[in-house]
Amino acid sequence: MTVRRSPPIPPLSLAVAAAVLALPPASPAAAASRVHTIIIDKMKFGPAPAGIHTGDTIIWVNRDMFKHSATARDKSFNVDLPPNSRGKTLIRHSGTIAFYCIYHPGMTGSLSVAK
Amino acid sequence: MINKLVLCGACALLMLSGPAIAQKAAAPNDAEIAHIAYTAGQLDEDAGKQALARSHNKAVRSFAETMIRDHGAVNAQALALVKKLHVTPQDNATSEALTKQAKEKARELGKLSGSAFDRAYIQNEVAFHRTVNGALKTTLIPSAHSTELKSLLETGLTLFEEHQKHAEQLAAKLR
Repeated sequence: MTVRRSPPIPPLSLAVAAAVLALPPASPAAAASRVHTIIIDKMKFGPAPAGIHTGDTIIWVNRDMFKHSATARDKSFNVDLPPNSRGKTLIRHSGTIAFYCIYHPGMTGSLSVAK
Repeated sequence: MINKLVLCGACALLMLSGPAIAQKAAAPNDAEIAHIAYTAGQLDEDAGKQALARSHNKAVRSFAETMIRDHGAVNAQALALVKKLHVTPQDNATSEALTKQAKEKARELGKLSGSAFDRAYIQNEVAFHRTVNGALKTTLIPSAHSTELKSLLETGLTLFEEHQKHAEQLAAKLR
């Protein structure tokens, strides 16, 4: 009786497999970008959500009868928000991003963005 | 017959730097309040239009555009509300006094140009908003009977307080 043997596994393939197994499991939360909402009402920005990461999107909802903007002081975004409208911003960098309304400079807020 | 309180309100509105009149009298009714608030908004829109016609300063022009847009939005809401409430805004001594004073100021500003105009316009915006905000807080909002009118006046006050701060910041930069 003839026993058929599998071909030997090349040492390089073994090394790659070992390296892959050694990696920590991918975190689904880290991989998927998320959408956060900030409401503007009665001449105020609502609280900035926690847990913002680069690649996430901010939806700005303007519930006022007045035109507003969400404008980053570092110029990384500038969204014009007509009355009762919404707009969005893709967050591209980490850190603290201060923002304000260019039409009503007393309206301010800040985003805390992790990598 | 001239309503004493409305006259009182007119004095308080006009006395930009003087002491407010403490005398108490009958409160203005909703029709008078609506007229005063609408008139104040319209006058500031007109002042904004004058600024756009005379000023070349980017910050001043941007401020004027915001005044025209914001006061226009509040007044559009006010018109819709009085229609809904079947209230006919009633002309009164305060509205007339505000209008008279604004016309005089517009004539005065019309003689200025360049940075002199910019400074005078913004200083007047500070004074105008301070006066109207004071009247809203002490007389108009407390006297409003309709909850919807009161709510609109409160929204207006939040907005106009922001306008006042904005004007104060600009005035400091234009000195």
